[in-house]
Amino acid sequence: MTELPKARIATASLAGCFGCHMAILDIDERLIELMKLVEVDRSPLTDIKRFTKRCDIGIIEGGCCNEENVHVLHDFRRNCDILISIGQCAIMGGLPAMRNAIMHSDAPLRECLEEAYITGRYIRNTTHDIPNDPALPLLLDEVYPCSDVVEIDYQIPGCAPTGDIIFETLAKLLTGKFRGFEREMIKFD
Amino acid sequence: MEICETYANDRHRMLDILLDVQDRFRWISPKVMETVARQTGLSRIEVEGVASFYSFLSQTPKGRVTIRLCNDIVDRYAGLEEVAKAFEEVLGIKVGQTSNDGAFSLEYTPCIGMCDQAPAAMVNDVVLTKLTAETARSAAEALKAGTSPSKLVNERFDDLTAHEQATRMVDNNIRHAGEVLLGPVPEEAGLGKAVGLTPTQIITTVENSGLRGCGGAGFTTGRKWRFAASEKAEKTFVLCNADEGEPGTFKDRVLLTERPHLLFEGMTIAARAVGAKEGILYLRGEYVYLRKLLEGVLAERRRRGLLGKDILGVAGFDFDIRIQLGAGAYICGEEGALISSCEGLPGEPKTRPPFPVNRGYLGYPTVVNNVETFCHAARILDRGAEWFHAMGTEGSHGTKLLSVCGDCLNPGIYELPYGHTVWELLEMVGDEDAAAVQVGGPSGTMIARDSFHRRLTFDDLATGGAVIVFSGERNILEIVEYYMSFFVHESCGYCTPCRVGNVFLQKAIQKFRKGLANAEDIEYLKELSGTIIETSRCGLGMTSPNPILTTLKNFPLVYSAMTKPSKDRIRATFDIQSAIDDARRIAKRRSYIFDKDFSQ
Amino acid sequence: MSGTEKETGFTFTIDGVEVTAHAGQTIMEAADEAGVYIPRLCDHEGLRHQGGCRVCTVKAGGRSVAACTQPAAPGQAVENETPHLSKLRRDLVEMLFHEGNHLCPICEASGNCELQAMAYRLEMVEPTKFPYLEPCRALDASHPDIALDTNRCISCGRCIRASQDVDGKGVFGYVGRGIHRRVAVNGENLAHTDAKVTDHAISEEVCPVGCIIRKRVGFVTPIGEREFDKGLIGHEIEEKRHD
Repeated sequence: MTELPKARIATASLAGCFGCHMAILDIDERLIELMKLVEVDRSPLTDIKRFTKRCDIGIIEGGCCNEENVHVLHDFRRNCDILISIGQCAIMGGLPAMRNAIMHSDAPLRECLEEAYITGRYIRNTTHDIPNDPALPLLLDEVYPCSDVVEIDYQIPGCAPTGDIIFETLAKLLTGKFRGFEREMIKFD
Repeated sequence: MEICETYANDRHRMLDILLDVQDRFRWISPKVMETVARQTGLSRIEVEGVASFYSFLSQTPKGRVTIRLCNDIVDRYAGLEEVAKAFEEVLGIKVGQTSNDGAFSLEYTPCIGMCDQAPAAMVNDVVLTKLTAETARSAAEALKAGTSPSKLVNERFDDLTAHEQATRMVDNNIRHAGEVLLGPVPEEAGLGKAVGLTPTQIITTVENSGLRGCGGAGFTTGRKWRFAASEKAEKTFVLCNADEGEPGTFKDRVLLTERPHLLFEGMTIAARAVGAKEGILYLRGEYVYLRKLLEGVLAERRRRGLLGKDILGVAGFDFDIRIQLGAGAYICGEEGALISSCEGLPGEPKTRPPFPVNRGYLGYPTVVNNVETFCHAARILDRGAEWFHAMGTEGSHGTKLLSVCGDCLNPGIYELPYGHTVWELLEMVGDEDAAAVQVGGPSGTMIARDSFHRRLTFDDLATGGAVIVFSGERNILEIVEYYMSFFVHESCGYCTPCRVGNVFLQKAIQKFRKGLANAEDIEYLKELSGTIIETSRCGLGMTSPNPILTTLKNFPLVYSAMTKPSKDRIRATFDIQSAIDDARRIAKRRSYIFDKDFSQ
Repeated sequence: MSGTEKETGFTFTIDGVEVTAHAGQTIMEAADEAGVYIPRLCDHEGLRHQGGCRVCTVKAGGRSVAACTQPAAPGQAVENETPHLSKLRRDLVEMLFHEGNHLCPICEASGNCELQAMAYRLEMVEPTKFPYLEPCRALDASHPDIALDTNRCISCGRCIRASQDVDGKGVFGYVGRGIHRRVAVNGENLAHTDAKVTDHAISEEVCPVGCIIRKRVGFVTPIGEREFDKGLIGHEIEEKRHD
């Protein structure tokens, strides 16, 4: 009997801290088991920058705080059959989304940037400029959860999710056995 | 502080105390809250809880003249925008602001019960109706020149009788007088017969008449009285709900103006039936202009022995009524909330059970009925249960006051027996071209032409009285959005689904209006509405999704036409252009990714 | 007959399990005694029932009612853990998450938080359809021993009742209406009240979320070893039945 073709997986880190990608590595020795089932396409882990083929599963860490995040997320949605949000930032904006609730002025984004680069109490910025290089993607007015931008199929909660829940979810999805999480595994912290 | 002493430092009169404070100082300052708390033996936070609940009480200084423009959807369609602009221009302030010299405040307020003569406004205690840009401008100019608000109505306002004052401000617009309420009514005939009956006989008469509550809920009046009468208690209370706040409802306004004696007669009959010595008329804050008239009628009745001790010479038949003025809170039309408000608390509904008839005002059995219900009861006692029962249809007996407004030739009050079709009503009001009719106000049903054959009864199209007619030019989603913003404004906030869920519904409708809704959002509206209806604590949350649910059912195309399908499972509803607009402006450059030509 | 019923109690069922109650008991009180857990947030042992969060909504006699305030009735069949009710409750819990600013990753209460634990129990893991309201709310750190982060307040009012009824004080109260209704303190800020860190209202058990914070004791127990890391919320009640 021939081996089943391996599933292709891609991952991306948007507005997150890369902690969820680190958590993927927390799968530890079960990675070997997982690698028997999958091949990793576009991902910071492989340093492949563009999709080489259509993927079965895309894993997204982080929410959308700038135009590039939106662009990458669109690309993932177009190239992946199943899209998974992993971690609180992808699911609900997370820490980056704190800027959504601290802005009160008519120009909230400007207020946020000014506080971050000019007026903040602990800022030492001798140029008194807000960074503005053409290479910098434009920020969005707010930080958006991924499910606001594209349709998301599954969410793995946690900050970061445990290696266990990541492994369990992926292994079950790959073998068509996923029926939801065990309640004891659900954590938002 | 003497204001508190006027009310014997009674914490249950907190609303009266704070209304007087508001009148005198134009706001309720933290210092005043501390004084009031001390005098009434409460904590400051308890006083603040009341002061911050009611729209007509303010925790920032308001102008000596406060102009409240009614921003109901009917007023908007009648030209509110130009009226508001005229006030803004002359007074030099925007809606929501107070002038620097403290002379004027200009604000919006939900339906003030003048939809038949919209746009309307309250200027302190005075009501101005049928405003136009021109009349608004001249009113604002006169006010600015120091004219007192009442003089805007009539030069010799103070010389008029209270009834004249009320009717100069507000037209009755009685278009069709029925047999029960607005036709000829003999004085005190019902009460005269009631004193010859035992309480049980009175209740049986009301029960047999088939009378049901006219405020909207439609509970059988006789049964309510029987429950209260059967409670063994030291005291029993009779409360009249004159807080008709449902947008588009103004029928009680006309009864309070033209049939106040009949109303108080009905309350007195109820008092005899349930053994109450004290009654309260809860008058919505928007109807403050009727207070003088009603106080006058109460005084007259006391003089004539129709209130007070030994009414009509019957030993031991004692009953008196006080007026409790509301302060801008729709929720107080809910009977538990109304009772809370009478007790000097924020207008929050009470946990049921116990029901008010068992434990209501101050913990005593309490009958709460609508103005129209009491008026009907008085007539039933005079003419008999059979007379009333014979009118209307099975299950919906007698007549009903309908307040009709919106896009029609003859807005006003129609007293009709239950059972007319919407078509028949539209024929009377002069608008057979109507595209949509909102029956029962926002918490009722919005119907399209294919449902105009339906009948105005409790079992088909139930209504507390409001009938709002919309022509084909009106935007259904705009109407729905207004109604949802009304419920958001008026939710008391006690329970999660009503407090939060209605905000979500409002935001979802805004998405539809902007063309940013997904096809699945239609299902989302239904599901969220279902949760709110099923888990809310009182009638407000149980009906607040109705503007959405009934239009989804009867006008499905207005929703589906506004949805955007996703392509490649990318949400077309996420608007990248508006999301990067601020950043584009700050960075002074265009997007490499999402602007087609970024070189410009 | 009714006299004996009062003394000996009566029975009704919750999801088919027979439960004994006595007159005047609410559905929830009887359920707790019988070891049947009905989810709740605004209700707390020893405090008056409020019926505000609606998470305890059950079906009794075909009607949806709040189990914390609805009196139990003889012979009634109450539904508690049905897919439909779980959906309603999940919606309500999600509403509370979206109404405030609940960032579990940075919250000191994470793992001890009843709101979070309720989300776990009700499996709040689907992509959300609700918008985030993201209000701007102030932090009150004026008091030497206590801080209030109202971003996390769910308006359950447990602190209000605990302060009034147990401490006999009245440190907290509701102000405002509708979506602007919130818990406030009796004075300019918390330092201007008579709140003490030893008050029952301030104790760990009363605030279900991370709004009332006792200073200098944060993170004594590490994340991962906290109350709801050990078991689902409600398990203590449910264990009564299995014993």
